[in-house]
Amino acid sequence: MVDFSLWDILRNLLMALRWTVVLSLIAFVGGGLVGGLLLFLRLRGGSVMNRAVGFYVQLFQGTPLLMQLFLAYFGIALFGIDVSAWTAASVALTLYTSAFLTEIWRGCVASIPKGQWEASGSLALSFSEQMRHVVLPQAVKIAIAPTVGFLVQVIKGTALASVIGFVELTKAGSMISNATFQPFVVFSCVALLYFVLCFPVSLYAKNLERKSHGRRA
Amino acid sequence: MEFDFGAVLVDWRLLAKGVAWTVGLTAIATLIGMAVGVACAWARASGPAWLRWIVGSYVELIRNTPFIVQLFFIFFGLPAAGVKLTPETASVIAMVMNLGAYATEIIRAGIEATPKGQIEAAVSLALNKVQVFTRVVLPPALKKVWPAMVSQIIIVMLGSAVCGQISTEELSYAANLIQSRNFRAFEAFIIATLIYLALAVGLRRLLNWAGPKFFFGR
Repeated sequence: MVDFSLWDILRNLLMALRWTVVLSLIAFVGGGLVGGLLLFLRLRGGSVMNRAVGFYVQLFQGTPLLMQLFLAYFGIALFGIDVSAWTAASVALTLYTSAFLTEIWRGCVASIPKGQWEASGSLALSFSEQMRHVVLPQAVKIAIAPTVGFLVQVIKGTALASVIGFVELTKAGSMISNATFQPFVVFSCVALLYFVLCFPVSLYAKNLERKSHGRRA
Repeated sequence: MEFDFGAVLVDWRLLAKGVAWTVGLTAIATLIGMAVGVACAWARASGPAWLRWIVGSYVELIRNTPFIVQLFFIFFGLPAAGVKLTPETASVIAMVMNLGAYATEIIRAGIEATPKGQIEAAVSLALNKVQVFTRVVLPPALKKVWPAMVSQIIIVMLGSAVCGQISTEELSYAANLIQSRNFRAFEAFIIATLIYLALAVGLRRLLNWAGPKFFFGR
Protein backbone atom coordinates (compact mmCIF):
# COMPACT_ATOMS: atom_id res chain seq x y z
CA MET A 1 0.00 0.00 0.00
CA VAL A 2 1.46 3.27 -1.13
CA ASP A 3 0.93 6.29 1.07
CA PHE A 4 0.01 9.52 -0.64
CA SER A 5 1.09 12.72 1.00
CA LEU A 6 -0.93 15.88 0.67
CA TRP A 7 1.76 17.18 -1.64
CA ASP A 8 1.37 14.15 -3.96
CA ILE A 9 -2.35 14.83 -4.20
CA LEU A 10 -1.91 18.53 -4.76
CA ARG A 11 0.82 18.08 -7.34
CA ASN A 12 -1.31 15.72 -9.40
CA LEU A 13 -4.29 18.02 -9.16
CA LEU A 14 -2.18 20.97 -10.28
CA MET A 15 -1.11 18.97 -13.34
CA ALA A 16 -4.77 18.44 -14.20
CA LEU A 17 -5.61 22.06 -13.50
CA ARG A 18 -3.73 22.93 -16.70
CA TRP A 19 -6.36 21.16 -18.77
CA THR A 20 -9.16 22.99 -17.00
CA VAL A 21 -7.44 26.24 -17.93
CA VAL A 22 -6.79 25.17 -21.53
CA LEU A 23 -10.35 23.94 -22.02
CA SER A 24 -11.72 27.17 -20.51
CA LEU A 25 -9.62 29.23 -22.91
CA ILE A 26 -10.74 27.17 -25.90
CA ALA A 27 -14.38 27.57 -24.89
CA PHE A 28 -14.00 31.27 -24.16
CA VAL A 29 -12.13 32.18 -27.35
CA GLY A 30 -14.18 29.84 -29.56
CA GLY A 31 -17.42 30.93 -27.91
CA GLY A 32 -16.41 34.57 -28.30
CA LEU A 33 -15.81 34.15 -32.04
CA VAL A 34 -19.02 32.21 -32.67
CA GLY A 35 -20.93 34.55 -30.35
CA GLY A 36 -19.63 37.60 -32.21
CA LEU A 37 -20.68 36.08 -35.52
CA LEU A 38 -24.15 35.27 -34.13
CA LEU A 39 -24.49 38.80 -32.79
CA PHE A 40 -23.68 40.18 -36.24
CA LEU A 41 -26.25 37.85 -37.81
CA ARG A 42 -28.82 38.91 -35.28
CA LEU A 43 -28.27 42.62 -35.88
CA ARG A 44 -27.93 42.39 -39.62
CA GLY A 45 -29.71 39.25 -40.79
CA GLY A 46 -33.33 40.39 -40.69
CA SER A 47 -36.17 39.02 -38.62
CA VAL A 48 -35.77 35.36 -39.62
CA MET A 49 -32.12 35.34 -38.63
CA ASN A 50 -32.96 37.24 -35.48
CA ARG A 51 -35.47 34.61 -34.50
CA ALA A 52 -33.16 31.75 -35.42
CA VAL A 53 -30.37 33.10 -33.21
CA GLY A 54 -32.91 33.75 -30.45
CA PHE A 55 -33.98 30.12 -30.67
CA TYR A 56 -30.35 28.98 -30.56
CA VAL A 57 -29.81 30.99 -27.38
CA GLN A 58 -32.99 29.60 -25.80
CA LEU A 59 -31.92 26.08 -26.69
CA PHE A 60 -28.58 26.34 -24.95
CA GLN A 61 -29.85 28.34 -21.99
CA GLY A 62 -32.85 26.05 -21.46
CA THR A 63 -31.06 22.70 -21.41
CA PRO A 64 -28.41 21.29 -19.07
CA LEU A 65 -24.80 21.67 -20.15
CA LEU A 66 -24.35 18.03 -19.19
CA MET A 67 -26.88 16.96 -21.84
CA GLN A 68 -25.18 19.20 -24.38
CA LEU A 69 -21.91 17.45 -23.65
CA PHE A 70 -23.49 14.01 -24.01
CA LEU A 71 -25.17 15.02 -27.26
CA ALA A 72 -21.91 16.36 -28.67
CA TYR A 73 -20.12 13.20 -27.61
CA PHE A 74 -22.65 10.79 -29.10
CA GLY A 75 -23.90 13.11 -31.85
CA ILE A 76 -20.58 13.70 -33.58
CA ALA A 77 -19.96 9.97 -33.45
CA LEU A 78 -23.13 9.45 -35.51
CA PHE A 79 -21.40 11.06 -38.47
CA GLY A 80 -18.85 8.28 -38.32
CA ILE A 81 -16.24 10.57 -36.82
CA ASP A 82 -14.26 9.11 -33.99
CA VAL A 83 -14.64 11.68 -31.22
CA SER A 84 -12.23 12.16 -28.42
CA ALA A 85 -13.39 13.70 -25.17
CA TRP A 86 -11.28 16.70 -26.21
CA THR A 87 -13.28 17.31 -29.38
CA ALA A 88 -16.66 16.75 -27.80
CA ALA A 89 -15.89 18.96 -24.79
CA SER A 90 -14.46 21.73 -26.97
CA VAL A 91 -17.42 21.70 -29.34
CA ALA A 92 -20.09 21.58 -26.62
CA LEU A 93 -18.48 24.24 -24.43
CA THR A 94 -17.82 26.52 -27.41
CA LEU A 95 -21.46 26.36 -28.50
CA TYR A 96 -22.67 26.82 -24.92
CA THR A 97 -20.40 29.82 -24.38
CA SER A 98 -21.34 31.37 -27.71
CA ALA A 99 -25.05 31.28 -26.83
CA PHE A 100 -24.52 33.10 -23.53
CA LEU A 101 -22.01 35.62 -24.90
CA THR A 102 -24.16 36.54 -27.88
CA GLU A 103 -27.05 37.20 -25.51
CA ILE A 104 -24.91 39.24 -23.10
CA TRP A 105 -23.49 41.31 -25.96
CA ARG A 106 -26.86 41.80 -27.58
CA GLY A 107 -28.04 43.37 -24.34
CA CYS A 108 -25.03 45.69 -24.37
CA VAL A 109 -25.64 46.79 -27.94
CA ALA A 110 -29.33 47.24 -27.20
CA SER A 111 -28.49 49.49 -24.27
CA ILE A 112 -26.92 52.06 -26.60
CA PRO A 113 -29.58 54.73 -27.00
CA LYS A 114 -31.47 54.71 -30.30
CA GLY A 115 -30.53 58.33 -30.82
CA GLN A 116 -26.92 57.29 -31.32
CA TRP A 117 -27.93 55.05 -34.22
CA GLU A 118 -30.18 57.74 -35.67
CA ALA A 119 -27.61 60.50 -35.31
CA SER A 120 -24.86 58.46 -36.92
CA GLY A 121 -27.30 57.31 -39.60
CA SER A 122 -28.19 60.92 -40.36
CA LEU A 123 -24.47 61.58 -40.86
CA ALA A 124 -24.71 59.09 -43.74
CA LEU A 125 -22.60 56.44 -42.02
CA SER A 126 -23.20 52.92 -43.28
CA PHE A 127 -24.16 50.10 -40.89
CA SER A 128 -20.59 48.90 -40.54
CA GLU A 129 -19.36 52.46 -39.98
CA GLN A 130 -22.06 53.09 -37.38
CA MET A 131 -21.04 49.88 -35.68
CA ARG A 132 -17.32 50.54 -35.82
CA HIS A 133 -17.21 54.22 -34.89
CA VAL A 134 -20.28 54.84 -32.77
CA VAL A 135 -21.99 51.80 -31.28
CA LEU A 136 -19.24 49.25 -30.62
CA PRO A 137 -16.84 51.58 -28.77
CA GLN A 138 -19.61 52.32 -26.29
CA ALA A 139 -21.03 48.79 -26.15
CA VAL A 140 -17.64 47.19 -25.58
CA LYS A 141 -17.11 49.29 -22.47
CA ILE A 142 -20.41 48.10 -21.02
CA ALA A 143 -19.76 44.52 -22.11
CA ILE A 144 -16.38 43.97 -20.48
CA ALA A 145 -17.58 43.44 -16.90
CA PRO A 146 -20.35 40.88 -17.63
CA THR A 147 -18.10 39.12 -20.14
CA VAL A 148 -15.33 38.68 -17.58
CA GLY A 149 -17.97 37.59 -15.06
CA PHE A 150 -19.19 34.94 -17.47
CA LEU A 151 -15.66 33.53 -17.70
CA VAL A 152 -16.22 32.17 -14.18
CA GLN A 153 -19.27 30.25 -15.45
CA VAL A 154 -17.18 28.82 -18.28
CA ILE A 155 -14.41 27.67 -15.94
CA LYS A 156 -16.99 26.00 -13.70
CA GLY A 157 -18.69 24.52 -16.76
CA THR A 158 -15.52 22.71 -17.80
CA ALA A 159 -15.91 20.59 -14.66
CA LEU A 160 -18.77 18.77 -16.42
CA ALA A 161 -16.41 17.61 -19.16
CA SER A 162 -15.17 15.15 -16.55
CA VAL A 163 -18.38 13.19 -17.07
CA ILE A 164 -17.51 12.31 -20.68
CA GLY A 165 -14.04 11.26 -19.62
CA PHE A 166 -12.08 14.44 -20.15
CA VAL A 167 -9.31 14.39 -17.57
CA GLU A 168 -9.35 17.86 -16.07
CA LEU A 169 -9.39 18.95 -12.45
CA THR A 170 -12.67 17.28 -11.40
CA LYS A 171 -11.95 13.99 -13.19
CA ALA A 172 -8.44 13.94 -11.80
CA GLY A 173 -9.96 14.53 -8.38
CA SER A 174 -12.26 11.51 -8.76
CA MET A 175 -9.40 9.34 -9.98
CA ILE A 176 -7.03 10.40 -7.21
CA SER A 177 -9.77 9.98 -4.62
CA ASN A 178 -10.32 6.40 -5.85
CA ALA A 179 -6.62 5.70 -5.63
CA THR A 180 -5.94 7.28 -2.25
CA PHE A 181 -9.19 6.59 -0.39
CA GLN A 182 -9.06 10.18 0.86
CA PRO A 183 -12.11 11.74 -0.81
CA PHE A 184 -12.49 14.42 1.85
CA VAL A 185 -8.98 15.77 1.38
CA VAL A 186 -9.00 15.38 -2.39
CA PHE A 187 -12.32 17.09 -3.05
CA SER A 188 -11.45 19.85 -0.59
CA CYS A 189 -8.30 20.47 -2.62
CA VAL A 190 -10.25 20.34 -5.89
CA ALA A 191 -12.76 22.89 -4.61
CA LEU A 192 -9.95 25.06 -3.31
CA LEU A 193 -8.16 25.03 -6.66
CA TYR A 194 -11.33 26.02 -8.51
CA PHE A 195 -11.79 28.79 -5.97
CA VAL A 196 -8.23 30.01 -6.48
CA LEU A 197 -8.87 30.05 -10.22
CA CYS A 198 -12.31 31.67 -10.17
CA PHE A 199 -12.27 34.08 -7.25
CA PRO A 200 -9.74 36.56 -8.72
CA VAL A 201 -11.77 36.61 -11.93
CA SER A 202 -14.96 37.27 -9.96
CA LEU A 203 -13.30 40.08 -8.03
CA TYR A 204 -11.93 41.58 -11.21
CA ALA A 205 -15.38 41.48 -12.82
CA LYS A 206 -16.92 43.11 -9.75
CA ASN A 207 -14.28 45.83 -9.83
CA LEU A 208 -14.87 46.52 -13.50
CA GLU A 209 -18.58 46.72 -12.85
CA ARG A 210 -18.11 49.19 -10.02
CA LYS A 211 -15.83 51.32 -12.17
CA SER A 212 -18.20 51.40 -15.12
CA HIS A 213 -21.09 52.31 -12.83
CA GLY A 214 -18.99 55.08 -11.35
CA ARG A 215 -18.19 56.44 -14.75
CA ARG A 216 -21.81 56.57 -15.77
CA ALA A 217 -23.02 58.12 -12.55
CA MET B 1 -27.51 6.99 -39.63
CA GLU B 2 -30.83 5.73 -38.37
CA PHE B 3 -32.78 6.99 -35.46
CA ASP B 4 -35.01 4.90 -33.28
CA PHE B 5 -36.79 7.12 -30.80
CA GLY B 6 -39.36 4.40 -30.17
CA ALA B 7 -36.72 2.29 -28.45
CA VAL B 8 -36.30 5.08 -25.92
CA LEU B 9 -39.94 6.05 -25.53
CA VAL B 10 -40.87 2.46 -24.71
CA ASP B 11 -39.23 3.16 -21.36
CA TRP B 12 -41.50 6.11 -20.69
CA ARG B 13 -42.07 4.95 -17.13
CA LEU B 14 -38.41 5.44 -16.33
CA LEU B 15 -38.46 8.86 -17.96
CA ALA B 16 -41.57 9.86 -16.04
CA LYS B 17 -39.96 8.80 -12.78
CA GLY B 18 -36.89 10.81 -13.71
CA VAL B 19 -39.01 13.88 -14.41
CA ALA B 20 -40.77 13.43 -11.07
CA TRP B 21 -37.41 13.36 -9.27
CA THR B 22 -36.10 16.38 -11.16
CA VAL B 23 -39.26 18.33 -10.37
CA GLY B 24 -39.25 17.20 -6.75
CA LEU B 25 -35.59 18.08 -6.20
CA THR B 26 -36.13 21.47 -7.79
CA ALA B 27 -39.22 22.20 -5.72
CA ILE B 28 -37.45 21.39 -2.44
CA ALA B 29 -34.31 23.26 -3.45
CA THR B 30 -36.36 26.29 -4.47
CA LEU B 31 -38.33 26.52 -1.24
CA ILE B 32 -35.49 25.86 1.20
CA GLY B 33 -32.89 27.60 -0.96
CA MET B 34 -34.94 30.79 -1.07
CA ALA B 35 -35.46 30.67 2.68
CA VAL B 36 -31.69 30.32 3.10
CA GLY B 37 -31.22 33.19 0.67
CA VAL B 38 -33.58 35.47 2.59
CA ALA B 39 -31.97 34.62 5.93
CA CYS B 40 -28.45 35.11 4.61
CA ALA B 41 -29.38 38.30 2.78
CA TRP B 42 -30.76 39.67 6.03
CA ALA B 43 -27.62 38.58 7.88
CA ARG B 44 -25.43 40.17 5.27
CA ALA B 45 -27.36 43.42 5.21
CA SER B 46 -27.92 43.97 8.92
CA GLY B 47 -26.29 41.18 10.95
CA PRO B 48 -23.21 41.52 13.18
CA ALA B 49 -19.80 41.76 11.49
CA TRP B 50 -18.72 38.15 12.17
CA LEU B 51 -21.97 36.78 10.75
CA ARG B 52 -21.61 38.97 7.69
CA TRP B 53 -18.13 37.58 7.16
CA ILE B 54 -19.30 33.96 7.46
CA VAL B 55 -22.19 34.48 5.05
CA GLY B 56 -19.91 36.33 2.64
CA SER B 57 -17.42 33.44 2.66
CA TYR B 58 -20.20 30.91 2.08
CA VAL B 59 -21.54 32.89 -0.87
CA GLU B 60 -18.15 33.38 -2.51
CA LEU B 61 -17.09 29.78 -1.90
CA ILE B 62 -20.20 28.39 -3.57
CA ARG B 63 -20.23 30.87 -6.43
CA ASN B 64 -16.62 30.20 -7.35
CA THR B 65 -16.65 26.40 -7.39
CA PRO B 66 -18.50 24.07 -9.80
CA PHE B 67 -21.74 22.46 -8.68
CA ILE B 68 -20.44 19.00 -9.54
CA VAL B 69 -17.49 19.47 -7.17
CA GLN B 70 -19.83 20.62 -4.38
CA LEU B 71 -21.94 17.54 -5.00
CA PHE B 72 -18.94 15.19 -5.01
CA PHE B 73 -17.59 16.81 -1.87
CA ILE B 74 -20.87 16.25 -0.04
CA PHE B 75 -21.48 12.73 -1.34
CA PHE B 76 -17.95 11.28 -1.51
CA GLY B 77 -16.03 13.58 0.81
CA LEU B 78 -18.25 13.93 3.85
CA PRO B 79 -18.58 10.18 4.60
CA ALA B 80 -14.83 10.20 5.28
CA ALA B 81 -15.59 12.80 7.96
CA GLY B 82 -18.32 10.59 9.41
CA VAL B 83 -21.39 11.98 7.64
CA LYS B 84 -22.99 9.35 5.43
CA LEU B 85 -25.73 10.51 3.09
CA THR B 86 -27.99 8.89 0.53
CA PRO B 87 -27.62 10.21 -3.03
CA GLU B 88 -30.98 11.95 -2.75
CA THR B 89 -30.12 13.74 0.49
CA ALA B 90 -26.73 14.75 -0.86
CA SER B 91 -28.39 16.13 -4.00
CA VAL B 92 -30.91 18.14 -2.01
CA ILE B 93 -28.22 19.57 0.26
CA ALA B 94 -26.00 20.49 -2.68
CA MET B 95 -28.87 22.14 -4.58
CA VAL B 96 -30.09 24.03 -1.52
CA MET B 97 -26.62 25.31 -0.69
CA ASN B 98 -26.04 26.28 -4.30
CA LEU B 99 -29.31 28.15 -4.78
CA GLY B 100 -29.01 29.64 -1.30
CA ALA B 101 -25.72 31.33 -2.15
CA TYR B 102 -26.96 32.83 -5.40
CA ALA B 103 -30.30 33.79 -3.86
CA THR B 104 -28.43 35.62 -1.08
CA GLU B 105 -26.69 37.85 -3.58
CA ILE B 106 -29.82 38.40 -5.65
CA ILE B 107 -32.06 39.24 -2.70
CA ARG B 108 -29.39 41.42 -1.10
CA ALA B 109 -29.28 43.52 -4.26
CA GLY B 110 -33.03 44.00 -3.91
CA ILE B 111 -32.78 44.88 -0.22
CA GLU B 112 -30.07 47.45 -0.86
CA ALA B 113 -32.30 49.15 -3.39
CA THR B 114 -34.94 49.85 -0.72
CA PRO B 115 -35.12 53.61 -0.06
CA LYS B 116 -34.03 54.54 3.48
CA GLY B 117 -37.12 56.69 3.94
CA GLN B 118 -39.34 53.62 3.74
CA ILE B 119 -37.52 52.01 6.65
CA GLU B 120 -37.57 55.24 8.66
CA ALA B 121 -41.27 55.62 7.99
CA ALA B 122 -41.90 52.03 9.16
CA VAL B 123 -39.84 52.55 12.32
CA SER B 124 -41.71 55.76 13.09
CA LEU B 125 -44.91 53.69 12.93
CA ALA B 126 -43.46 51.65 15.82
CA LEU B 127 -42.91 48.48 13.79
CA ASN B 128 -40.17 46.33 15.28
CA LYS B 129 -37.08 45.14 13.40
CA VAL B 130 -38.61 41.87 12.23
CA GLN B 131 -41.83 43.52 11.09
CA VAL B 132 -39.91 46.15 9.16
CA PHE B 133 -37.95 43.43 7.37
CA THR B 134 -40.80 41.06 6.56
CA ARG B 135 -43.45 43.68 5.71
CA VAL B 136 -41.62 46.70 4.37
CA VAL B 137 -38.22 45.66 3.08
CA LEU B 138 -38.61 42.11 1.78
CA PRO B 139 -41.72 42.18 -0.45
CA PRO B 140 -40.63 45.04 -2.73
CA ALA B 141 -37.08 43.66 -2.76
CA LEU B 142 -38.33 40.25 -3.93
CA LYS B 143 -40.52 41.90 -6.50
CA LYS B 144 -37.61 43.85 -7.89
CA VAL B 145 -35.29 40.87 -8.23
CA TRP B 146 -37.86 38.22 -9.15
CA PRO B 147 -36.79 37.91 -12.81
CA ALA B 148 -33.19 37.22 -11.72
CA MET B 149 -34.46 34.80 -9.09
CA VAL B 150 -36.51 32.89 -11.66
CA SER B 151 -33.50 32.57 -13.96
CA GLN B 152 -31.38 31.28 -11.10
CA ILE B 153 -33.96 28.69 -10.08
CA ILE B 154 -34.06 27.45 -13.67
CA ILE B 155 -30.26 27.24 -13.72
CA VAL B 156 -30.39 25.12 -10.57
CA MET B 157 -33.08 22.89 -12.10
CA LEU B 158 -30.91 22.33 -15.18
CA GLY B 159 -27.87 21.84 -12.98
CA SER B 160 -29.65 19.00 -11.18
CA ALA B 161 -28.84 16.85 -14.23
CA VAL B 162 -25.46 16.37 -12.57
CA CYS B 163 -27.09 14.63 -9.59
CA GLY B 164 -27.46 11.54 -11.78
CA GLN B 165 -23.70 11.15 -11.48
CA ILE B 166 -24.09 10.11 -7.84
CA SER B 167 -27.03 7.87 -8.88
CA THR B 168 -29.90 10.09 -7.84
CA GLU B 169 -32.61 8.78 -10.11
CA GLU B 170 -33.54 12.03 -11.84
CA LEU B 171 -34.08 12.64 -15.54
CA SER B 172 -30.50 12.47 -16.80
CA TYR B 173 -30.00 9.28 -14.79
CA ALA B 174 -33.06 7.79 -16.48
CA ALA B 175 -31.73 8.74 -19.92
CA ASN B 176 -28.38 7.20 -19.06
CA LEU B 177 -30.00 4.02 -17.81
CA ILE B 178 -32.11 3.69 -20.95
CA GLN B 179 -29.17 4.20 -23.30
CA SER B 180 -27.11 1.65 -21.42
CA ARG B 181 -29.85 -0.90 -22.06
CA ASN B 182 -30.58 -0.27 -25.73
CA PHE B 183 -27.44 1.57 -26.91
CA ARG B 184 -29.57 4.38 -28.34
CA ALA B 185 -27.48 7.04 -26.64
CA PHE B 186 -28.14 9.94 -28.99
CA GLU B 187 -31.89 9.40 -29.05
CA ALA B 188 -32.09 8.97 -25.29
CA PHE B 189 -30.20 12.19 -24.62
CA ILE B 190 -32.13 14.13 -27.29
CA ILE B 191 -35.40 13.15 -25.64
CA ALA B 192 -34.10 13.99 -22.17
CA THR B 193 -32.80 17.33 -23.42
CA LEU B 194 -36.16 18.21 -24.97
CA ILE B 195 -37.90 17.31 -21.72
CA TYR B 196 -35.50 19.59 -19.85
CA LEU B 197 -36.27 22.38 -22.32
CA ALA B 198 -39.99 21.90 -21.76
CA LEU B 199 -39.45 21.86 -17.99
CA ALA B 200 -37.46 25.09 -18.18
CA VAL B 201 -40.17 26.83 -20.21
CA GLY B 202 -42.90 25.50 -17.91
CA LEU B 203 -40.98 26.43 -14.76
CA ARG B 204 -40.45 29.99 -16.00
CA ARG B 205 -44.19 30.35 -16.60
CA LEU B 206 -45.03 28.83 -13.23
CA LEU B 207 -42.63 31.06 -11.31
CA ASN B 208 -43.68 34.20 -13.12
CA TRP B 209 -47.20 33.38 -12.04
CA ALA B 210 -46.38 32.18 -8.51
CA GLY B 211 -44.05 35.02 -7.55
CA PRO B 212 -46.62 37.84 -7.47
CA LYS B 213 -49.26 35.49 -6.09
CA PHE B 214 -47.37 34.09 -3.11
CA PHE B 215 -44.19 36.04 -2.44
CA PHE B 216 -44.71 39.74 -2.90
CA GLY B 217 -48.27 40.47 -3.97
CA ARG B 218 -49.30 42.69 -6.79
